[in-house]
Amino acid sequence: MLSALLVMTGIAIVLGAALGYAAIRFKVEGDPLVEKIDAILPQTQCGQCGYPGCKPYAEAIAQGAAEINQCPPGGEEGIRKLADLLGREFKPLSEEHGVEKPKSVAVIDEQTCIGCTLCIQACPVDAIVGAAKQMHTVVDKLCTGCELCVAPCPVDCITMTPIPETVENWKWKYPVVELRRVA
Amino acid sequence: MRSLFRFHGGVKPATNKAASTSEPIVKAPLPRRLVVPLHQSIGGTPHPLVRAGQRVLKGELIGAADGNVSSAVHAPTSGLVTAVEPALMAHPSGLTMLSVIIEPDGEERWAELDRLNYKSTPPDELRDFVRDAGIVGLGGAVFPTHLKMNPGREGRTRTLVLNGAECEPFITCDDMLMRERAAGIVKGTAILRHLLQADEVLIGIEDNKPEAVAAMQTAVRAEGESMEVVAIPTRYPAGGAKQLIRVLTGIEVPHGRRSTDFGVQCFNVGTAYAVFEALTCGHPLISRIVTVAGNVDRPRNYEVLIGTPMSDVVRLSGQRTDTTRYLMGGPMMGMRMPGFDVPVVKATNCILVASDALFPPPPPEQACIRCGECAHACPADLQPFELYWFSRAKNFGKAQEYHLFDCIECGCCAYVCPSHIPLVDYYRFSKSEIWARERDKSASDQARERFEFRNFRQEREKEEKAAKLAAKAAETRAKLATEPAVDGAAATPAADAAEDPKKALIAAALARAQAQRAAAQPKNTENLSAETQAEIAQIEARRRTAGSAPAADPAPAGTAASAPDTQP
Repeated sequence: MLSALLVMTGIAIVLGAALGYAAIRFKVEGDPLVEKIDAILPQTQCGQCGYPGCKPYAEAIAQGAAEINQCPPGGEEGIRKLADLLGREFKPLSEEHGVEKPKSVAVIDEQTCIGCTLCIQACPVDAIVGAAKQMHTVVDKLCTGCELCVAPCPVDCITMTPIPETVENWKWKYPVVELRRVA
Repeated sequence: MRSLFRFHGGVKPATNKAASTSEPIVKAPLPRRLVVPLHQSIGGTPHPLVRAGQRVLKGELIGAADGNVSSAVHAPTSGLVTAVEPALMAHPSGLTMLSVIIEPDGEERWAELDRLNYKSTPPDELRDFVRDAGIVGLGGAVFPTHLKMNPGREGRTRTLVLNGAECEPFITCDDMLMRERAAGIVKGTAILRHLLQADEVLIGIEDNKPEAVAAMQTAVRAEGESMEVVAIPTRYPAGGAKQLIRVLTGIEVPHGRRSTDFGVQCFNVGTAYAVFEALTCGHPLISRIVTVAGNVDRPRNYEVLIGTPMSDVVRLSGQRTDTTRYLMGGPMMGMRMPGFDVPVVKATNCILVASDALFPPPPPEQACIRCGECAHACPADLQPFELYWFSRAKNFGKAQEYHLFDCIECGCCAYVCPSHIPLVDYYRFSKSEIWARERDKSASDQARERFEFRNFRQEREKEEKAAKLAAKAAETRAKLATEPAVDGAAATPAADAAEDPKKALIAAALARAQAQRAAAQPKNTENLSAETQAEIAQIEARRRTAGSAPAADPAPAGTAASAPDTQP
């Protein structure tokens, strides 16, 4: 009787120690779910979801504080991916957060720019170069198309231009299934 | 006799090659206008070196290679550059691309030509020379040739395979090149062999081209080279690099590896000829052999300057009136051109003139019945029906798992499909979607990194600012503590500075502000007469001696206080 108790206690202690060690040794830093959600989000950092950037939105989704359909740049596909990842139901993009638009970049009309630096401060990815009273310009390869620079401009010299289709980014179209030839 | 191997799958479509091989290659006449696209190879777009209105000579560099993975572009003839502008490309998208438009002057004056003795030139220089001569793989993939001229890690290549298989129906440009210019090809191959330090050279030619095999054998003997010309069984796609290597050497290049890892390198015969032309004659790649076949009266091969409109070349063969479209390449892998006047580019091995009678539109697509015929035909050992399902469902991850990117788009699966499914279209769609996603992914990763760095920078700036402020405050405090109060106003607060340093700071700042304000305040006494001014000065002096009102006191209080004084 006593030996059985001792054996059981011994096993419990050993296993407990092992588990305790493992919990410290293999501790997961941060929330891996947040990272996964953040990887799906388009990283435009536009704040249309109501959070200051993609990471905070990812954190809010992970905590269940935010819906998955608040990201217009991610579009329907982004929502589907999030729904798959989180096992939630797919929802159409919520209208109050905006609509899906074609990918664009900001273009500064350099004739009108007065060099106020307000857009530079607004750009979340530092894609605008310029200095006070100097002309500003957008580095289009870095621009995420978040539109955050459009509103602060006092002379309205920033426009969003859709990215044109070139031979490099052209895509083969989905083959159209022809059920019956129209005579 | 060398023992040959077999590759899996493949099909045997009607070759249709006889018609265009009955007459020798002929030079196409100079067109009225040449449109030379700058981007004609895999890799970076060369940047233009000429401006509109500039005269160029034949063979002059007009586009410099952009980095190492790129290839130069040259003026195909002498003439006037009329524009450097986007023009319709020989590309299924129907999009435009930056091109140099040249109006020939008809003189065909060559620019100064560089020649190289390949035996006495270091390999690196030779590779740069080939890059600047604009030589790319002429089999259709237009991969820059200089990147393939590397002996690899071991310093030598076991086998150099020369691809003269030309398996696709209708196309005969390599066949005719081998028949007529075998000596040049062999000389070019000798140069490639020297660069690669190759032990053996195998020239693979399909056995439906006996004239080409004979011509190459004669040339090899005449040049005294030790190369083996091997006739291989005719089966599409024996001209695929991996398939040809498999047939000749038995090596099956696995997924994600290159043939160079196994000591084998493969070049097209046209590429070898271009290397010969560049090194011994100094001619950069400005023309190529193009087969015109299909819906024409006299199918034939032409030597065409790069940039010649396709319709100009087809006209020489007598285009029939019911022509609906041009295909660049053959019927299996060819791409539909967006117009008739698109320019011939380095990738144009064949202009296949199509009509609805010659190539009737495919019957309607039906459901996949999973017969597995496509898997039998696939030369890349894939499961085309699985790839089809995944591509159709836009399940790109799964398609990649089934090695979509090992697909060479040869079209065998679509050729045998009893349901007439345009399988290759699905694979192309999937591939370009996956590429687009990868581009988006890398862009978003970059954006995340930049955003996080910006946040970090803003935090850092805030901290730096706070630190600077704190340092300044400490400095002022130290100053206050060491030197006694400068004026009476600051004396009392300075006394309890030790107990409340913040209060002291505020008091000091207040005193400073008051002094500043007094200095800036106008006294409105400039326009008064001399005696009034003297009177005011007297009063001020009396007041100062009385000490009733501090000198720094602002004006409104001062006037109110002085009113009773001045009145009596």
